[in-house]
Amino acid sequence: MDVRSQISMVFHLDKCIGCHTCSVACKNIWTDRKGAEYMWWNNVETKPGTGYPGKWENQDIYKGGWEEDGNGGIRLKGAGKPKSLSNIFHNPHMPSIDDYYEPFTYKYLDLIEAEAGDIQPTARPVSMITGEPMDIQMGPNWDDDLSGTPDYARKDPNLEDLSEAEQEAMFQLERMAFFYLPRICNHCLNAACVASCPSGAIYKRGEDGVVLINQDVCRGWRMCVTACPYKKSYYNWDTGKSEKCILCYPRLESGYAPACMHSCVGRIRYLGVILYDADRIEEAASADESELVERQLDMLLDPFDPEVIAAAKENGVADSTIESAQNSPTYKFVKEWDLALPLHPEFRTLPMLFYVPPLLPVMASVADANDNAQREKIHDIGKKWPDEWVYDTSIDQLFGTIDDARFPLEYMASLFSAGDVEAVKSRLEKLMAIRLHRRRETVGDVDSATVDKALKKAGLTGQRANAIYYLTSLAKFDDRFVIPPAHREQAIEMLDEDVGATKGETGFGFKRGTNKRGA
Amino acid sequence: MNWFDTFSLVLFPYAAVAVFVIGMAYRYRQRGFTVTSLSSQFLEGRSLFWAVVPFHIGILVVLFGHLLAFLVPDAILAWNAVPVRLMILEGMALIFGLATLVGIAGLMYRRFTNERVRAVTTKMDVLLEVVLLAQVGFGVWIAVGYRWGSSWFASDLTPYLWSLVAFSPEATAAAAMPLVVKLHILGAFLLLFLVPFTRLAHVFVAPLHYIVRPYQQVIWNWNRKKIRDPRSGTSVSGRRR
Repeated sequence: MDVRSQISMVFHLDKCIGCHTCSVACKNIWTDRKGAEYMWWNNVETKPGTGYPGKWENQDIYKGGWEEDGNGGIRLKGAGKPKSLSNIFHNPHMPSIDDYYEPFTYKYLDLIEAEAGDIQPTARPVSMITGEPMDIQMGPNWDDDLSGTPDYARKDPNLEDLSEAEQEAMFQLERMAFFYLPRICNHCLNAACVASCPSGAIYKRGEDGVVLINQDVCRGWRMCVTACPYKKSYYNWDTGKSEKCILCYPRLESGYAPACMHSCVGRIRYLGVILYDADRIEEAASADESELVERQLDMLLDPFDPEVIAAAKENGVADSTIESAQNSPTYKFVKEWDLALPLHPEFRTLPMLFYVPPLLPVMASVADANDNAQREKIHDIGKKWPDEWVYDTSIDQLFGTIDDARFPLEYMASLFSAGDVEAVKSRLEKLMAIRLHRRRETVGDVDSATVDKALKKAGLTGQRANAIYYLTSLAKFDDRFVIPPAHREQAIEMLDEDVGATKGETGFGFKRGTNKRGA
Repeated sequence: MNWFDTFSLVLFPYAAVAVFVIGMAYRYRQRGFTVTSLSSQFLEGRSLFWAVVPFHIGILVVLFGHLLAFLVPDAILAWNAVPVRLMILEGMALIFGLATLVGIAGLMYRRFTNERVRAVTTKMDVLLEVVLLAQVGFGVWIAVGYRWGSSWFASDLTPYLWSLVAFSPEATAAAAMPLVVKLHILGAFLLLFLVPFTRLAHVFVAPLHYIVRPYQQVIWNWNRKKIRDPRSGTSVSGRRR
């Protein structure tokens, strides 16, 4: 057992309101630079939709992630030693900037400096690459809220597994639904970007598992851009280096939550330590597709288990980190409560960002029966809608809707469990049972026997349901972000130099100036 | 030997190598951030393929040929002793030389005509491409105009180059060469001279170590052995917060 600690994340999708505050916080801190304008280390996509870059989930196009090699092992799909080295002059699977979008701004000064005339001056869009006027073809968020449109939602790669009828049903106007999928780097355990980097510039930090690109070692061979199936490694066209989400490690080391998480309006994000067994990475990543999620969750270790604690200490995991793991909200969501799932586990990178699948678009089916009692409860404003349009949230319908949901579970399964519908369903049932339970506690209009039945079916106790409810809805900052101390004091003490001198000189000395594009 | 010969065949080679070694060591160690291939494939990938692949494959093969003639001249001369083999060698060299020429010309055309690529073009990029075009052009000219270069390089120029290595420059043979050959020699050292100042530096960070490296890389900031030694002052084990 090789116990390591990993900073993991959980995003609760039912809580995401699609406001993009996370994206803007990230952009303002990290990617507001030349060559990085087009990069959104954090972005929020509308699902169903094609996302950013367009159709990134379709690995027939982008060749990202790992695939089975036929001998029980796995290999990189579009990169790896033979492919990376033979394609080093020209990478045939590399996305171009048009797959993302050409960054643009507007000539605002024209509004002020235009000469007096009969026509209103306009601010023309100009390319941030060439500076020339351009027609905007794409933006980072071009299909925001456009679920159902033929150009975007219907080209969602996850629809492949659905039958024609199911797809049609999804896009009937009155049944239409969508949800938001915020994405950052998954800081994977079996990272494809790390494996694909010919220079060895990309690495995983041992202490906390953050995946980083050493900018001084990156030589711009561009293989990570292809290899990352989530397209979260970006090529900076100005500096000739690749860049990616750094999980705001300078903030983490100081005990702050990453900017995207700190600024999250819906408070959907959780961050905490999970201990895992590094000896089982290869085995879990090469598992059969039907077992991928299960094997990945198996790797995550119980931080209360004395054996795990002993092995962790033996491996140099700090006591403070073990303590953080015991209080970790992500461990609870992912492992203890079995509520969260990784995004596209079939890419086999073992992502450490987990999602609580959204109940809302599944549950909010259109009522077509038994809505008399429901109608009584509805506010006047609700009655203005035709009856058959009213969302049926009556409790006896709640459970029924998961099976014949307007949002097919196969779609969710394609996103979060490599097609395993049961894995998604069991999690949605838990969420539903918690709602019922809380309705019993707060409104009290629910038949207690029904709720008990629901809790039992979901494998929950009232106490646990309350705990999940607390962490979902009421959790304070320190509950949502349990950040282990970085122990930089120890890292400094291990330097060969005199600690006192290091302390006294940090921040002084010769300033090298800002790094510029290669000579 | 006139002043031009002395400069281009003796003085400049030494200067170029010195600048290359010192400059590249400094850049690699102190300014690692600037060492990159500066690929523009992300901005324009389609026409790039038809230029960049012939250029790189061509120039690698041709460079390897030059290296062989420098390292094992006797073997080259022995191979060339049979006319058919000489024709094969020269023919291949010319084909790859032409591929390089077509490649560099295509790259320059793309750089000057594509707006996006022009936006990331620096003065040094232009200078480098002009020097490369001239150098490859001279090379092809020599291959066509002064036949059987593989033989006369091995017999006449290899001793000259080794005399440079041995710090007892003997450039008489090189000085007797046609002007275009001297320009080709000058161009070669000029390219070496330019390495620390241009994107050419990426040649010397070719990722060959990737072949032997394990796929996953983990870097520890802490010394884990020291951390878990309870006697060490920096131990985190066995100590509660």
